[in-house]
Amino acid sequence: MNLSYAKPLPPITQQSRPFWDAARERRLLLPHCDHCGTFHTYFEPWCSHCGLEGVHWEELSGRGHIWTNCRFHKHYFPGFDGPYNVAMVELEEGPRVMTNIVGIQNGTLDEMPIGMAVQAVFEDVTDQVTLVKFRPANIKTAE
Amino acid sequence: MSLTSNRKDSVAVVGVGTTKWGAMPEHDATSLGIWALRDAAEDAGIDLQDIDGLICQRITDYQKFVQITNISPRLVTATPGAGRMTGGTIQMAVQAILSGMLNTVAVVYGNDGRSAGAKYGGKGDTYGTGADQMWFPYGMTSPGAVHSMLFQRHANLYGTKIEQLGEVSMAFRKHAMLNPNAVMRKPMTMDDYLASRYICEPLRLLDYCLINDGGVAMILTAGDRAKNFKQPPVYVRGLAQVSRLAQGELPDDFGFAAMQRVSGIVHEMAEVGRDEVDGLMIYDNFTPIVLFALEGFGYCPKGEGGRFVEGGALQLGGRLPTNTNGGHLSESYMQGWNLQAEAVRQLRGGMGERQIPDAQVIQYLQGGPLSASIIYAKEPA
Repeated sequence: MNLSYAKPLPPITQQSRPFWDAARERRLLLPHCDHCGTFHTYFEPWCSHCGLEGVHWEELSGRGHIWTNCRFHKHYFPGFDGPYNVAMVELEEGPRVMTNIVGIQNGTLDEMPIGMAVQAVFEDVTDQVTLVKFRPANIKTAE
Repeated sequence: MSLTSNRKDSVAVVGVGTTKWGAMPEHDATSLGIWALRDAAEDAGIDLQDIDGLICQRITDYQKFVQITNISPRLVTATPGAGRMTGGTIQMAVQAILSGMLNTVAVVYGNDGRSAGAKYGGKGDTYGTGADQMWFPYGMTSPGAVHSMLFQRHANLYGTKIEQLGEVSMAFRKHAMLNPNAVMRKPMTMDDYLASRYICEPLRLLDYCLINDGGVAMILTAGDRAKNFKQPPVYVRGLAQVSRLAQGELPDDFGFAAMQRVSGIVHEMAEVGRDEVDGLMIYDNFTPIVLFALEGFGYCPKGEGGRFVEGGALQLGGRLPTNTNGGHLSESYMQGWNLQAEAVRQLRGGMGERQIPDAQVIQYLQGGPLSASIIYAKEPA
């Protein structure tokens, strides 16, 4: 376990545990409405689209593009060192997730423009938690 | 007597009160609200005992408020200390008066954010679904970052430029320089704007509002009673709110659809067109929302907000004087409330150098997850 990891960790709840368990296995899962097929980025039994109860977990490709971006210079949480980027990625299946873009040289916004194709990568930050980050899709990695 | 037998057909603001802005650690939010209410009561020429409805916003302790002011209102309620609630708080006061249930309603806002060290970002910033699960682990938080991301979308779709945000910040600073109560009165150039440090890139310090301590109160009553007070009444001619909370913090359309609906209702209610509006008060927690509001409320076409504000359009003497007190960006962040006070005072007149000449109609625009607008006018209809 990485004891020095100081950034915020997600509170893994009964509802969100499958998401985080899947991330540790390098898979991106999201709740999918049993009735209308809408993907959710929240962990509740209710569908915000059709209003019905009932979700199951569905695996996504991990492919998407940058929908918007920003770069924090002020820090609101411990553990961040210097400026860091945040992006919202629109997955090819539709839902949008908040993330960091990795595998770019300086992490500046010009290296991660809106529209850029990205691919999910999985970063183990503690024994329990693996975060879903994204890298430019055209870069090959050992993973 | 039926539930509606005393129904009224108009509402006016008859008193407005404000504290100083800044660091005032000797006051908490309740105390700042009391200060503002006393100021408003004096302005209206009434005793605190005449107030029969009290709606507090961001006041830490409404019971303490009522105990210290020693009033016995027939309605006491409190709304959360979020700026998005400001339009709705005034809406409740207006509805209580129109129904005929209450005569004289005080809306009171107190904010000790600066001395209490209020943070708009980090652990407590958990609106809606799952910020702690899906945002915080990546370092994502704060309304400023949300506006930063929305601006990036806007720039990508419409070619909006960062200098156009600078125009907004400069216009409001210019107004603050004419306002002795404004917190930031130092002249600002585009170079100053562009040299200010990034908070959440592409937004800079001068795109962010100013967290301070302060309070604002307004006293409202039915139009048929409004002429009995010390000050000339300012009428609430239209008021509407539409939520887009369901779309979350990063809506595809910058809140355009919700603002369009509010806009349609408020102008119809007021029977006042945009071309009759002499000045705007736009909720400006961050510069980009000013552009989104100008588009959403129909003052320029969708996507044109950036170009609209160029060349001093929002400055006194420009096409549409906006936030003549300096707004949240340069007067003080009072979450919409100092904008209400400024609207009322502009319509009363006598604001010296920052007076909008012969102001008859002022419109408040609140973008964001609860879009709202109020049309204030000098004449009842």
